[in-house]
Amino acid sequence: MNKMLKAFGIVLGMSAALAGVAQAAPTEVRIGVALEPPMLDPTAGAAEAIDIVVYQNIFEGLTRIDQNGEVQPGLAESWTISDDGLTYTFKLHDGVTFHDGTSFDAEDVKFTFDRILGENSVNAHKEFYTPITAITVVDPLTVSMTLDHVVGRFLFDLGRGDAVIVAPESADNNANEPIGTGPFAFVQWDKGSRVVLEAYGPYWGAPVHLTKATYVFISDTATVTNALLAGDIDGTNNFAAEALAVFEGNPQFKVLVGTTEGETILATNNRKAPFDNLKVRQAMAHAIDRKAIIDGATYGYGTPIGAPFAPHNPYYVDLTDTYSYDPAAAKALLAEAGYPDGFAATLKLPPVAYARLSGQIIASQFAEIGIKLNLINVEWAQWLEDVYSNKDFDLTIVSHVEPFDIGNYANPDYYFGYDNKQFQALIETLNGTIDEAKRKELAIEAQTILAKDAVNGYLFELAQTGVWNAKLTGMWQNSPIEGLVLRDIAWTE
Amino acid sequence: MKRLLAHPSLAIGLSATCIFALLGLVSLVWTPFPITEIDIGRRFLAPTAEHWLGTDNLGRDMVSLLMSGTLTSFSVALLAVVIGVGVGVPLGLAAVAWGGWVEWLVLRLSDFVFAFPAVIVAILITTLVGPGAINAIVAIGIFNIPVFARVARGGALSIATLDFVAAARLAGLSNARIALRHLLPNIMSLIIVQGTIQMSLGILSEAGLSYIGLGTQPPETSLGLMLRDAQSLFLIHPLLSIIPGLCIVAIVIALNIAGDGLRDAIDPRLRQGPRNVLA
Repeated sequence: MNKMLKAFGIVLGMSAALAGVAQAAPTEVRIGVALEPPMLDPTAGAAEAIDIVVYQNIFEGLTRIDQNGEVQPGLAESWTISDDGLTYTFKLHDGVTFHDGTSFDAEDVKFTFDRILGENSVNAHKEFYTPITAITVVDPLTVSMTLDHVVGRFLFDLGRGDAVIVAPESADNNANEPIGTGPFAFVQWDKGSRVVLEAYGPYWGAPVHLTKATYVFISDTATVTNALLAGDIDGTNNFAAEALAVFEGNPQFKVLVGTTEGETILATNNRKAPFDNLKVRQAMAHAIDRKAIIDGATYGYGTPIGAPFAPHNPYYVDLTDTYSYDPAAAKALLAEAGYPDGFAATLKLPPVAYARLSGQIIASQFAEIGIKLNLINVEWAQWLEDVYSNKDFDLTIVSHVEPFDIGNYANPDYYFGYDNKQFQALIETLNGTIDEAKRKELAIEAQTILAKDAVNGYLFELAQTGVWNAKLTGMWQNSPIEGLVLRDIAWTE
Repeated sequence: MKRLLAHPSLAIGLSATCIFALLGLVSLVWTPFPITEIDIGRRFLAPTAEHWLGTDNLGRDMVSLLMSGTLTSFSVALLAVVIGVGVGVPLGLAAVAWGGWVEWLVLRLSDFVFAFPAVIVAILITTLVGPGAINAIVAIGIFNIPVFARVARGGALSIATLDFVAAARLAGLSNARIALRHLLPNIMSLIIVQGTIQMSLGILSEAGLSYIGLGTQPPETSLGLMLRDAQSLFLIHPLLSIIPGLCIVAIVIALNIAGDGLRDAIDPRLRQGPRNVLA
């Protein structure tokens, strides 16, 4: 009996010791994200899912966008801009290494931008960097760039995922084995399941708190809910608004509601009749009840927009009243345009909840003014091919998540086909302007033109609704750029 | 008719099935509220006098959705059975009437199709032409073909050895005529019973396919799609999942009871009293 008690005591002591180990603050985090990236090279694809995993974690650029959308020094510790605004000289950080051990210097910067601007470039946003006419390696830690015209947001553009610095030794393999300079190094990618990152010991910057981060790919809301409740994942950056109520008020979790750069629009094929008719587009704008769509598709978490511009941007102007919800006015405009009985059109919906739900609601709203919408659900690959590349669509619903992407409207070849010379000239002036007050004035003018022309139906700005373990800190509440930055995430007791 | 009523399970199963089918058919001409009518202001209502089963996440009336969804589920399952019978039964009869390599081929083909569950067939079709109710019908229909081929063959085999078939053959009837005039009428009851069972399986499959997003697509609705729409809301609004779920269960049970009853009523081997002269 005594022996047994003793043994029991030992077991108790051991379990106490084990519990002691378990109680130390963990340093690993498992994050659920909805979409698996097609590959992991942010300089070769537009998918947001790539940046979610790699941006500022594995890869870094010369500058870095912080959680307020401000430009901060990245691999370039400082820079000077010539008086004419055309030459940027960057002083690079010393002692930076890539995860494969090779060192980082000015040659890597030159290689990166030569690769972006090269003829075989597959960069999704080459146009941001085409103003660069020359990249000069002054010395191993100094590089200068010359532009052919002033670009107001050049430093911001350098901080995008599209312009992260890659090494000539590893760039070709980045799609499957990304090698960057960031605080986290790639460990493994179990396709269809997860990507594992580990803190990179010799990281040049401030040390990070986590030792390991795992991105788990779960697209189904019910599964994410269960994984969070069961503790299989520690958080998710964007949880379906419909089920947020499960976590609100639960002390084990915190819900972070923030802004994104995602303007959700009813994209309209401006090349095609009847949508090439301004009156028809105005009629559609009058037929949209944003409040119902926001309540129905985002459970009230979206912010109404009247132009394709983020409401938290300092240049934003509220244009939601340009064409207010007014079915009678919409009917009158349709009749004026020669469609007194409405018309039929198709609405292609990508596989995201906000699009599928908004689509059903808009179909019901348009039915009231006689426009019969045939809803066609498509997968992303099909959407990219049919709608984005082949422009074979009438209407579609999608969220444009890139910061300051109003410039897309100046591209007549863009999928919605808006061709307005006056607007194109305006954007060119805006891009070449540095003076803040003047830029704001131009940006407001640009928004006003797009609102009045009702190029697309402007629905709402997506909110970011993260759900995290209550003991985690350092997550970005807002999403000013595509990414899920692990740098500041830490466990607290 | 008397015989039918002698089996209480048949009466219960059949009348329950008929009630659901009737509800579905009525939805063609009338539902309490139009199912495309979306009104965010009245969503997630608990059952009230106006909305007997409440409203869903888009403010649509649950009773109306249920009626319309039942119709979709029934139509998909029924058409799939029609495909199965239309292709499977002739194949099974041909196997018996011709025998030899025809029989071998039919059996191997049905083995081959049997090896692919309806879900795999549906995924294949969806990859080729996209999701939709029609594809669900085709996928479930293909799955039904070997089932009916085997039932038809099994039933016809035992009949083909009987004297009246031999007599027909001596009289110079071709294989096709024998199959049509002598084999088919005698296996009709088997087919009907199997058809009822396949109906219930079809409704389950349709619900499954719609639930994983391969079947019916919004704004159409089906019972499986209602489950899918409600699943992420289960913890908050459980009624939205429970109602269509119970509905599927009730329909499937009704069909199964009806199928069992039908078999008891029609199958000569199970029948009480004087045996059929054929047997």
